[in-house]
Amino acid sequence: MDEGFIPYQQSLEDEEQSIKSTQSVIEQAIAWFRAHSMFVLAYGTGCGAIEMPPTFTSRYDIERLGVVGVATPRQADILIVSGYCSPKTLKRVIRSYEQMSEPKYIIGLGSCTINGGMYWDSYNTIKKLDDFLPVDMYVNGCMPRPEALIEGFVKLQEKIRANSSEAGYIQYRTRYAHYRANQERLFGTQVQPRYEENFAGMNL
Amino acid sequence: MLLLDLLLMLLIAYGFGFLYYGLYRNLSARVHGRFGPSLAQSFSDSIKLFVKEESTTFGWMFYLGPVIMASGAVLNVLFIPFLNQGESLQGLSSYGNLIVVLYLMVLGPLGNALGVGSSGNPFGVMGVTRGLTRLLALELPFYLAAIGVMIDAGSADFGIIMQAQSTQSNMFAHPLLFAAAFISFLGFMGKSPFDVVGAPQEVYSGPATEFSGKFLALLMSQSAMFSFAKLLLMVNLFWGGADHLGELVAKTFVLFVAATFIGSVYARFSTVQSVEFLIRIPTLLGIVGLALL
Repeated sequence: MDEGFIPYQQSLEDEEQSIKSTQSVIEQAIAWFRAHSMFVLAYGTGCGAIEMPPTFTSRYDIERLGVVGVATPRQADILIVSGYCSPKTLKRVIRSYEQMSEPKYIIGLGSCTINGGMYWDSYNTIKKLDDFLPVDMYVNGCMPRPEALIEGFVKLQEKIRANSSEAGYIQYRTRYAHYRANQERLFGTQVQPRYEENFAGMNL
Repeated sequence: MLLLDLLLMLLIAYGFGFLYYGLYRNLSARVHGRFGPSLAQSFSDSIKLFVKEESTTFGWMFYLGPVIMASGAVLNVLFIPFLNQGESLQGLSSYGNLIVVLYLMVLGPLGNALGVGSSGNPFGVMGVTRGLTRLLALELPFYLAAIGVMIDAGSADFGIIMQAQSTQSNMFAHPLLFAAAFISFLGFMGKSPFDVVGAPQEVYSGPATEFSGKFLALLMSQSAMFSFAKLLLMVNLFWGGADHLGELVAKTFVLFVAATFIGSVYARFSTVQSVEFLIRIPTLLGIVGLALL
């Protein structure tokens, strides 16, 4: 009875509910505003980028949920990594993510971000995005339709409203050594400046 | 009492500025064949940005830029009377007149240039350069129309200008001056075809490129309040002001919807085109309007 996908999903949702009940009213209000105003930096790394224009325009109109695209990482809350990443692209993705101000979240769009997808045995793409950056929400499929992406956004809204300490940007701060080691293993000596210098003195 | 009045004016400008911005997003979504966000979306955006972390630093001038802009917008709201009669919602209008307001309208772009210039971002600087170039051409027809209105009323005082329109509003008395001011007003509101400053697909967010978190929220709030101030200015100069708050809301709403619809159907000019257009047509209308006074 206790095994399988549905009980597991239920246990995750119960956990979100219990976190929510411990928040003050102001925290809940702020979380609500955060969940209903999501500025997206769409990083079109792979073929997933083709599903984003219909999501943002007349046909699917994701602006109904308060989601709008922005041009610069400075203003963005959510980074969509849409598909496979070559190491060369990943460097730029990491750089963009580190320029975003907190709280920030990542959506991995397409199977390639989960396990490499059809590029599983490719010599020049990464398999699992979560090794290098903390992914908050996966939207699987090859390619996921805009409906699936919208579903991903709705689930992410629930996650933001739960205001969990498991959120990706907190993970990236507290487990930076892990992410950095993976990045260094991939990039060798050609790595970007250390992100942790940005939060020196913060209570981690 | 005056302090309470000023606070109320700022609150009204903030609330209606954001509501109108939400309405703008909604109406332009309908024009695109979408549903668009809720009316209160801009409030969510601004509150979220106010509680967001600030990640960039480019020295104190970078932070002072949005503050100068916001002070320009706040002063504009306070110096323009909301109503054409009574004691309340008059703000500081007895201490200043139309000339002060026209002068203060330039404070925002100046603060923007100082702040963005210190960030050194090429897209920001491009946006500011475009903005200041356009401003030169925008001011000319608007000032001509304002001078016409002042000559007609025989005063630069808002109260007297609004009183002079008690029988016939300036829009019908001086249609050419109104046309010149309205075209220029579209540009001041950043509507198409004059939206060259923060033009998406060209200069990304333009001047706002490097701003994040609280300072972006401040920029959004001041822009909403400044839009309301410009609506007020047009209503006072050409539509005889408003007797009560309901009339004010109705008049600014009509003006705003007109500007939004015109902005929704025109494609964007290039910077040079917008300057050429503003210097040719509305300026000419303004000069002819002045000559006919």
